[in-house]
Amino acid sequence: MPFASAPSAEAGAPPAIGPAPVVPAPNPEIRLGGVAQHYRVESGESIVALTGIDLDVDKREFVVLLGPSGCGKTTMLRIIAGLIKPTSGSVEIDGRPLWIGERRDSEVVSNLGIVFQEANLFPWLTIEDNIALPLKLRGVGKEERRARAHELCQLVDIPGFEKRWPRELSGGMRQRAAIARALSYRPDILLLDEPFGALDAMTRDQMNVELQRIWLGSGATIVLVTHSINEAVFLADRIVLLSPRPGRMDTVIRVPFDRPRDLYVQTTPAFQEMAGSLRRRLDAMA
Amino acid sequence: MRRFLRGHIAWITTPSLAAALLAAWQAYVDRFNVSPLILPAPLQVGRAIVRLMADPRTLMHVWVTLYETLAGFGLAVLLGVGLGVVLGKVRWLERTLNPFIVALQVMPKVALVPIFIVWCGFGPVSKIVMAAVLAFFPIMTNTILGIQSVDRGHREVMISLNASRLATLREMELPATLPYVLTGAEVGIVLAIIGAIVGEYLGGSHGLGYLAVATLNAFDVQAMFAVIFVLTILGFVLYMIVAALRRRLTPWHEVVVMRREE
Repeated sequence: MPFASAPSAEAGAPPAIGPAPVVPAPNPEIRLGGVAQHYRVESGESIVALTGIDLDVDKREFVVLLGPSGCGKTTMLRIIAGLIKPTSGSVEIDGRPLWIGERRDSEVVSNLGIVFQEANLFPWLTIEDNIALPLKLRGVGKEERRARAHELCQLVDIPGFEKRWPRELSGGMRQRAAIARALSYRPDILLLDEPFGALDAMTRDQMNVELQRIWLGSGATIVLVTHSINEAVFLADRIVLLSPRPGRMDTVIRVPFDRPRDLYVQTTPAFQEMAGSLRRRLDAMA
Repeated sequence: MRRFLRGHIAWITTPSLAAALLAAWQAYVDRFNVSPLILPAPLQVGRAIVRLMADPRTLMHVWVTLYETLAGFGLAVLLGVGLGVVLGKVRWLERTLNPFIVALQVMPKVALVPIFIVWCGFGPVSKIVMAAVLAFFPIMTNTILGIQSVDRGHREVMISLNASRLATLREMELPATLPYVLTGAEVGIVLAIIGAIVGEYLGGSHGLGYLAVATLNAFDVQAMFAVIFVLTILGFVLYMIVAALRRRLTPWHEVVVMRREE
């Protein structure tokens, strides 16, 4: 049970309000210590995008970063992904610092898989070649790449689309391919930045169910960014609620529903109540 | 049936329009009694084309012009893509060189032909250089544009995959730039022909450009029209080859896809 230790909120109870509790874990997969990010805007003044971020993510845990726009949740994910070097604070992946001076530790980075809001598939590559691109960069042979791409197409449920061009696929299918690409090299950590934000509501629900299935099968640790309360409660083991201006951690909430969850969990009173209290908390920030 | 008509209507309308234009030309020459020294009738030009094609020397002239055009074009592609990639990636270098590039672009390059003849002689080299100079700029500027237009999201994918600079160039920047290069090449091949012909106009004794000037000096206006016709066919064929190459090499590109679905 990855979410057995130190629950910060009981099911249905309103989330604890106040500074985010630091949950000490013996062996966290991701550890953010005192992370802050400042931006210098053109007028020369410095904007604080994120401050005081302390978070441990356990192995195989599913953590969702939730918050209104401008709360720095995407920045926080990009810091974990190594796409941004934080102004201050430390990022450790499986006990190893992500940054060595100004360079990212490439061995640490190779353990991260990232899915962006846009699928960002290369239009000049077939779906198969897109999925296997990370393997090509790692020098994996052609036959093995093809076999792995085929296997991943089954996993993300786009079988038979290996030889198609990305533009021939729907938005949902493209995002499935993007997830397959991120999984191709079997990273221990999967980072998703509003991966289904551009999809319609029904496709999105379906993708969330699929993501849960893929996650349960892969044994990966997931950090996902969203601004959808339902998505957060449906997917997360823990929700990190961020508040804006400056972006900081507001509350960490444990979601106790059993796995695998189906979409009907959303109709249960416990789910509704948790979503409702998050809604109130978010409204209080605005 | 209607769908078929809509898809293939150009096979009927285009030849009809060509025939109508030729008929109007013939009628104009007949009606106003235009001197064949000014505008020969299409039938006369047709006969001149047959005569031209029957002459064994014509093929030699075609080969010379074709060779100069392709050699110049090839040089332009090599230099244009090479320099375009470097300038597209190294911003400070592009900014430094940009005034020079713009100055060279706005310069009427045809005026350089005499210089090239002085430097490279009356042989094919001066024409190759002229063809290359004309074709080079659209290819280089398009390559720069292509490199700089690489999607930000695509870049982030390569960064997140920790790709080396070389791998990023090979797997992302070059393929993303290919449609731009081929667009430049479509313009470039036409300019290369122009370069070769203008070179031949002004110096030398071979090629279709030379032939056009020679027929003019002989007051053989019909033959001159015939030469122009052959030149047009040559240009058309070369352009079609580059355009076909573009469809073949970038089947995934939107413009190509749209054209195919029409």
